[in-house]
Amino acid sequence: MSSRTEFCAGIRAGLPLLIGVSPFGMIYGVLALGAGLSAGAAQAMSVIVFAGSAQFVITQLIGLGTPWGVIVLTAFVVNVRHVLYSVSIAPHLQPLPSSWKALLSYLLTDEVYAVAITRYNHHAAGAHRHWFFLGAGLTLWCGWQVGTAVGLLLGGQVPSRWSLDFTLPLIFIALVVPAMKDRAEVAAALTAGGVAMLAAGLPLKLGLVAAALAGILGGLTVEWRRQ
Amino acid sequence: MNLWVVFLLVGLLTYAIRLSFVAVPGRVKMPSWFQRALRFVPIAVLSALIAPELFNLGGRLDVSFGNARLLAGLLAIGVAWRTKRVGFTIGAGMAALLVLQIFVGH
Repeated sequence: MSSRTEFCAGIRAGLPLLIGVSPFGMIYGVLALGAGLSAGAAQAMSVIVFAGSAQFVITQLIGLGTPWGVIVLTAFVVNVRHVLYSVSIAPHLQPLPSSWKALLSYLLTDEVYAVAITRYNHHAAGAHRHWFFLGAGLTLWCGWQVGTAVGLLLGGQVPSRWSLDFTLPLIFIALVVPAMKDRAEVAAALTAGGVAMLAAGLPLKLGLVAAALAGILGGLTVEWRRQ
Repeated sequence: MNLWVVFLLVGLLTYAIRLSFVAVPGRVKMPSWFQRALRFVPIAVLSALIAPELFNLGGRLDVSFGNARLLAGLLAIGVAWRTKRVGFTIGAGMAALLVLQIFVGH
């Protein structure tokens, strides 16, 4: 396939994801205004950070008046999962020049990784598959930026009693529940959730870090016992 | 001012994480324990983000049938498990929360 057809195929693969991603961006825009961010700052975060979950967490922590060092550390923990995508996609990107690696890495979100790695695994022969990655990545990027902007424009008109903030844990639930494939992963989720529930009273959201570490240990323990 | 420091630091860190293994020339062998631990990171972090939203109301632990967010969250977990769809999970969870709030108040 030519670079052009790969690019168009990438756009087509990315478009259905926008049904979920753009409203997520809108909710982020609404919550960012609610947390006291200016529209310019909220949109800038979407461009600079370009990571939904981390942006929600950052917004939440800014609203709570959390010290900036803790916000950066927490966002790092939330985003550390991207190292998995980097490890997994790296062999496919090795033949590319550095400029391509630099660009595609910026676009490497959960959704883009999912469609790109599927393409790489199912079309082993394509020499222009990086154009597919770029097409899907740019589609998701545009959807996220437009979603953010629309949320910022509608911001003041969404009443707080609609409990829109609750969509955050619901989205996290929709991400984490189908991802659990075995007992060890269920154990990781239950351990992390249990510790987070009990440690939620810790200052500066330190309960989140403690719970994540406990969850990883819980998952490793169950996996080790079953071997 | 600190806001922009946060954006730039998080943006740089996030980009560095995404670029990390892509930028390394050739295949790199990681220790097996590290690879096994990484598998649990997203599940553990997301679960740690969800739990306080369901169990803590106004800063205190509430494990009761009067907790509308807990009930709506449990329903959403069931919907996510059955459908694997973000849209259905948000729809079911929000609908349940709005209906339950009529009866229990929060």
